[in-house]
Amino acid sequence: MVSHGGDSDQWRPAVSLERLKARAALLDRVRWFFRERGLLEVETPVLSAAAVTDPNLDSLVADYRGPGAPPEGRLYMQTSPEFPMKRLLAAGSGPIWQVCHVFRGGERGPRHNPEFTMLEWYRPGWDHHQLMDEVSELVAFVCGERPVRRRTYAELFRPFALDPHGASAEECAAAARRLGFQPPDGLDRDGVLDLILSHAVTPELGRGVVEFVHEFPASQAALARICPGSPPVAERFECFLEGMEIANGFHELGDAEEQAARFRHDLEVRASRGLRQPPVDQRLLQALASGLPSCAGVAVGLDRLFMVALGAGHIDEVLPFPLERA
Amino acid sequence: MANYSTNEFKSGLKIMLDGDPYAIVENEFVKPGKGQAFNRVRVRNLKTGKVIDRTFKSGDSVEAADVLDTELQYLYSDGEFWHFMDPQTFEQTAAGESALGDSAKWLKEQDICTVTLWNGEPLSVEPPNFVELKVVETDPGLRGDTSSGGNKPATLETGAVVRVPLFIEIGEVLKIDTRSGEYVSRVKD
Repeated sequence: MVSHGGDSDQWRPAVSLERLKARAALLDRVRWFFRERGLLEVETPVLSAAAVTDPNLDSLVADYRGPGAPPEGRLYMQTSPEFPMKRLLAAGSGPIWQVCHVFRGGERGPRHNPEFTMLEWYRPGWDHHQLMDEVSELVAFVCGERPVRRRTYAELFRPFALDPHGASAEECAAAARRLGFQPPDGLDRDGVLDLILSHAVTPELGRGVVEFVHEFPASQAALARICPGSPPVAERFECFLEGMEIANGFHELGDAEEQAARFRHDLEVRASRGLRQPPVDQRLLQALASGLPSCAGVAVGLDRLFMVALGAGHIDEVLPFPLERA
Repeated sequence: MANYSTNEFKSGLKIMLDGDPYAIVENEFVKPGKGQAFNRVRVRNLKTGKVIDRTFKSGDSVEAADVLDTELQYLYSDGEFWHFMDPQTFEQTAAGESALGDSAKWLKEQDICTVTLWNGEPLSVEPPNFVELKVVETDPGLRGDTSSGGNKPATLETGAVVRVPLFIEIGEVLKIDTRSGEYVSRVKD
């Protein structure tokens, strides 16, 4: 028999009952926030025969062999509820929100647990700037008032004399080396920008403030619209508190053809890196083709938001059973 | 040669970087939500002791360092090398000054030491946690003063100098904690 967890006290929660009560109280405040604003709370499937294509996200897989099983019995666990929520929006749901568990392979550390709690919501008729305002209102409601600061992605790189939209891959790598960070072999241009951002910038973001970073490089648009211009920028934002990324939001891409092209590009990148080729979510593409209302949406890492509210330095301080005790 | 994935990184793991063996001191997983995941590690060069920071792409592999801790008996020093023997195989190994470092001053013939080998060559030598060494030089003892708490320097047979209580005399054998370099007790015959 394969057993799990030999240590005799590993059955116990990793945190105190007081901490769990504090977490429950914060979750209540989140529910109150959305109830007051009249958004519809929804629940969507964790499992799907289709999966996210983003090369930097690794979907976990579940075996299902019963009636209605997909080919090979393979169901992918959501990395976020974005695709089914957009299908609800396209079906005319109006503003919606949900709190759910999401799953990401390979992600474990002081700020990561492969299973974590996500808060996600969508605002038809809004753009990402309006949604940034609402995110700061939520943060104030859950963590207390703090000043709000907004900077563009390009502004973050100005101290390093680097234009993240125009610089070549080699110029980006040289900037990383000047900062003392040798880019590992095989890192592409966006990877080097991620290196600089995560090593040299993020630790200082959101200290005592709610800090938004917006207008990302078009190559990092993910599911955001791209605002044409010189340079073109993605209508995407991230929110940081105390050196931690808390939220990622988009002025949502609604163009089915462009979405399909981005999926194809993701799959090419995945192939070049030897990563799995997950089935593309055709129902999302059909929903976009039928008409997604212009909207903005955002995903918040709720465990991290609670870490800030409770002054915790490690995600295990807000989870009853982190991975090693699960 | 074996490889380690970044998923296996933890402190103490021995890896090869730029041709040198290193031990991982700290390992941090860093990942932007929509971006590249990294393992940011602090590593110690096992030859020089120098500590540096390195960043890996998560999922990358790195060569394992063939580093092995062995329990060897110290035989003698010829001034340039310190000679050790495997008590089971009687095989002998010579370690240079860089491998000995501070450990040299605690080594007494026949003591069992932890010798860390890299590709069969000694990288470092750890003396036993406790050694028993004779006092060869110290100020005259204050007989009977076992309570004042004062201390004085004493030179031991290996050349090490430790602080000892005032009542200790030349010729006495002392138990010393080599990790702190502190006197523990007298050893009764």
